[in-house]
Amino acid sequence: MFDFSKELDLEAQRRRAAFYFLAPMIIALFCVAAWPLLRTIYFSFTDTSLTNLYGGEWIGFDNYLQRRELSSGRVIWRGTLVDPAWWNAVWNTVRFSVISVFFETVFGLGIALVLNAEFRGRGWVRAAILIPWAIPTIVSAKMWAWMLNDQFGIINDILVRIGILERGIAWTASIDTAMTAVLIVDIWKTTPFMALLCLAGLQMIPRDIYEAAKIDGVHPLKVFWKITLPLVRPALMVAVIFRMLDALRIFDLIYVLTPNSKATKTMSVISRENLIDFDKFAYGSAQSTLLFAIIAIFVSLYIWLGKVNLSGEGNQ
Amino acid sequence: MKSLKLISIRSFLATLILSISGSMASAAELRYVSGAVGNAIEVFQTLVKPWEEATGHSVTLVPMPASTTDQFGQYRLWLAAGNADIDLYQTDVIWAPQLADQFIDLTEHAQDLAPLHFPSIIESQTVDGKLVALPIFTDAPALYYRKDLLEKHGQPVPSTWEQLTEVAQIVQDAERSEGNDDIWGFVWQGNAYEGLTCDALEWVKSFGGGQIVEPDGTISINNPQAIAALELASTWPGTISPPGVLAYQEEEARGVWQTGNAVFMRNWPYAYSLGNGDDSAVKGLFEVTTLPTGGGHDTSAATLGGWNVAVSKYSENQEAAISLARYLAGPEAQKTRTLVASNLPTIISLYEDEDIAREQPIIPRWKDVFLQAVPRPSAPTKIKYNEVSAKFWSAVHNTLSGDGTAAENLELLEFELEELKGSGW
Repeated sequence: MFDFSKELDLEAQRRRAAFYFLAPMIIALFCVAAWPLLRTIYFSFTDTSLTNLYGGEWIGFDNYLQRRELSSGRVIWRGTLVDPAWWNAVWNTVRFSVISVFFETVFGLGIALVLNAEFRGRGWVRAAILIPWAIPTIVSAKMWAWMLNDQFGIINDILVRIGILERGIAWTASIDTAMTAVLIVDIWKTTPFMALLCLAGLQMIPRDIYEAAKIDGVHPLKVFWKITLPLVRPALMVAVIFRMLDALRIFDLIYVLTPNSKATKTMSVISRENLIDFDKFAYGSAQSTLLFAIIAIFVSLYIWLGKVNLSGEGNQ
Repeated sequence: MKSLKLISIRSFLATLILSISGSMASAAELRYVSGAVGNAIEVFQTLVKPWEEATGHSVTLVPMPASTTDQFGQYRLWLAAGNADIDLYQTDVIWAPQLADQFIDLTEHAQDLAPLHFPSIIESQTVDGKLVALPIFTDAPALYYRKDLLEKHGQPVPSTWEQLTEVAQIVQDAERSEGNDDIWGFVWQGNAYEGLTCDALEWVKSFGGGQIVEPDGTISINNPQAIAALELASTWPGTISPPGVLAYQEEEARGVWQTGNAVFMRNWPYAYSLGNGDDSAVKGLFEVTTLPTGGGHDTSAATLGGWNVAVSKYSENQEAAISLARYLAGPEAQKTRTLVASNLPTIISLYEDEDIAREQPIIPRWKDVFLQAVPRPSAPTKIKYNEVSAKFWSAVHNTLSGDGTAAENLELLEFELEELKGSGW
């Protein structure tokens, strides 16, 4: 009896200690993540403007969707959810994210496989490959903007000299190539990050499996599909989630690299424009909230679908 | 012991604060924020030196990106947050109605100074009777042309946009056939930002197509002349203008021009003294004139630009800041600025000044350009101006990049502007 209550006490004590240790983290997270998020969500239901941040009044869902009846009896819908500019931005963002993350994963995995092999100077190569990722985005965006420039750019110069192009292409200016330019730069920049995460996953795979496969004389391609890929998959899934989260809120690269045209405007770019340039702070907050919701849905879906597949494999 | 220590810390802090505030009163350290185009930073340092010597205060320039749209976004954030780090803001002529609440009223402080300036500029900086900012220089763009190339190929200085298109093509073709492969006919500002609003407003206005939103608030943009103007302009990228012009701002256009690779350029006066600098490939080879007209219309148009200085109401050194603002807007600083940077003064009498006429012969001639200046519709559209401008430049940018015809895009723009206007601006 006595022992039992003492055990309870100990349990409670440990719980309290755990809470004390966690408290600073929880408070910090609340201040820098939860509070701004909740405040943005709150702003999206008001008519706040940047010149009068504390004077907004509650207007419900009007920033999202609003039904208005004109004097003639015609009904019109207003709000972000029926704003074609917003949906164009959503489409741009999703397209950008899917394509860039796909290529980054493929290239990243390829590079990781190469780096996983034993060769001299491997440490140097591993460090060198991280350079694009370590350069601040603003700097690399400006650098690429000059490299892709139609008059002074080195890329056009090379392509013209070797005869692929007749005349330089205005990569970032033309609607047709702007998104391609953004994709090229983003893939160049973030593939090293993917490679690093994949490499970490590859190094967790026990070497003896490969040895067994070698002894059995399994074709290397079959080794990749049947051993490497299934075993590296959990690490790959996490890497893809990280990149997806990052890609869906892309802002700096597009803002610096391309003109502010509808060909490349993403959700973050358009909500910043409303928040600051147009003095529609509440409307921009509504778009930020939607951006948050879309990212949340994407990630939950991904985790959910991933789990279904994983358990299916476990049954085999 | 413990309390003694506490007291000594307190008294130390008190003396520290006293000494800081004491030094503030005698010699303030001001921060002045401004976009930095060309050699703006050196010019600023030359300009404020006499003021610093006379008053004992000092001022640091906080340089910002060249894009006025980016500057505005940053300033609005700082001002909304009540930032006390910046004492003076260099503001664009169109910002006064949008930022009026955040700056102090300069009416009384500039009673003697204001009447020296062009009344229209002072008026543009007055919102509901409050003088928001003092003008330091005005801006009106002109057409830069290579007189050597026009002479060489026997072509006239164009007076209409149609003629410009033709001459640019002829000279470009002739030069290229002689092996000058990098030459282009005409460079301007085609990026989707405030500068494109300026360029396109000039095309539309000089075609007789109005000024987007008229002073009485009517939306006038969807009309045949405006459509004709944009149709002509949309033929330029890829023919007489580099395709990349759709991503150019002022400095990119000047980059092509100053390396000698353009026959014509539309730009602001600052490019004049830089183009005649020692490192310029076009030094002494170019001239400026008023922008062309078009579509049979007979007056040209130049978008009224210009910069002003405003004192933040959150500044802790308002007295010193007002003194600097008065100095920068006054005759002495404006004359220096004109001499070193070829900026246009806002003080009327400086257009008759002998030194300026001798050193910068271009300035008295710019009075003609200035007389044809057309304001952007910032006054009638008030706080919605930025959105009006963004919708306009997007419609123009789409047209120029071949996404929809001029007629389609302007019709859509008219609809969007009507919607934005609602029951009134």
